[in-house]
Amino acid sequence: MATVFIPTPLRKFTNQTSKVEVAGDTVMEVIQALTATYPPLQRHLINADGKVPNFINIFVDDDDIRNLQQEQTAVKSNTIVSIVPAIAGGAN
Amino acid sequence: MEHYTVTFSKEELARYNRHIIIPEFGLEAQQKLKAAKVMVIGSGGLGSPLLLYLAAAGVGTLGIVDFDVVDDSNLQRQVLFGVESVGLPKVEGARQRLQALNPYIKLVVYNTQITSKNALELIKDYDVVADGTDNFPTRYLINDACVLLGKVNVYASIFQFEGQLSVFNYTNAAGEVGPNYRDLYATPPPPGLVPSCAEGGVLGVLPGIIGSLQALEVIKVITGVGDVLSGRFFSFDALTFESRTFKIRRHPTNPLNGDNPTIRELIDYEQFCGMKAVEKKIKEIDALELHQWETSGIDYQIIDVREPHEYEIVNIGAELMPLGTVVQNADKIDRKRKVVVQCKTGNRSGKAIRELEEKFGFENLYNLKGGILGYIRDVKPELTAY
Repeated sequence: MATVFIPTPLRKFTNQTSKVEVAGDTVMEVIQALTATYPPLQRHLINADGKVPNFINIFVDDDDIRNLQQEQTAVKSNTIVSIVPAIAGGAN
Repeated sequence: MEHYTVTFSKEELARYNRHIIIPEFGLEAQQKLKAAKVMVIGSGGLGSPLLLYLAAAGVGTLGIVDFDVVDDSNLQRQVLFGVESVGLPKVEGARQRLQALNPYIKLVVYNTQITSKNALELIKDYDVVADGTDNFPTRYLINDACVLLGKVNVYASIFQFEGQLSVFNYTNAAGEVGPNYRDLYATPPPPGLVPSCAEGGVLGVLPGIIGSLQALEVIKVITGVGDVLSGRFFSFDALTFESRTFKIRRHPTNPLNGDNPTIRELIDYEQFCGMKAVEKKIKEIDALELHQWETSGIDYQIIDVREPHEYEIVNIGAELMPLGTVVQNADKIDRKRKVVVQCKTGNRSGKAIRELEEKFGFENLYNLKGGILGYIRDVKPELTAY
């Protein structure tokens, strides 16, 4: 179980929900449970190789999962999983 | 310039008094600000608060790169500009506003687009770069140029209600270089997946918040006061008011400065981001040619994409169709005759033509070069230029 923070650009796929409680013992299980609830999210969070694409960062609490055990990083019931996609706006 | 040789006039000392009396800041930090050269790339949403605060704070030399022209849709968030700046190149509007705000600083403006060809030359003489641009190719370009030149890149970006901030390629007191954009996002999203602010929108106050934080980090980098946001990545959601600061690290696979660097010079960033290389050229007509059409009885339609209040100031008898309404009015645009599209300077009409060609396949549209201002200058100087 973990709390997942959905970023603004992906909220159109979660009925504008910003925080979701999801079951799972690892980041991948959490993402799979999340995309099972909101299927349109799947193509944004899991690529053809079954991994999180490079332009999406997943943080478990304050840490980048690339510095932990990637998608196999363990989550606990009080863990916050943040999905942070690359955005580029600023001038226009 | 070494900061300890920097001196201040009586007027400057009065102006910067509230900085100088902070014990942790003091005269020395103010000297460092005056000695510093900061390059701000993009003078729009983020660049506005960033430039206003850096100018007010007394950064000695501010470089500004932008190729855009101020238009009405900018004023909802680009607080650097007022109605009087509409139609001016952004760097010119910025120069006027900032020099009026602080006459004791030097402003160097570059009315150009930053590209792989000019980036190193533009950046090389500056100490710190602040990236407030609006697309992925330019983000990677600025990142790579900063890493190749060993410059600090104070990065911020926004989208709708979301803001991000970090300081890249920063060398700390121990001589360790921090992560850069490629450590955070190794590759960009495919084109079209993340819309730009021009398409997806942005809440006006958000760049004000994030651009001010960017100014804060620029000042910290220059002065050495406080803990710089290096190796950390700040994310802010204006809707939920959740903000988080994540830890980020350098990765050995980074192609710029990882274990096996493969990028040793700037590359083609449009290609890297999977986008088409150059904007398609559009057909143009200049004011004198248009005048020939007028006097020789050629049958054509002319459309003015400016705003109604501009049309009221002066017009040349064109049909008014403000830029934001062009797409919904596309059926009113003739497909058989030649159609001239005009605005104040030729920038907005160019955008309108690109959009019409892309979405509806028009092939008979001509952009009036220099806009109504060019027409007034070359054909009818008795009309009101504004």
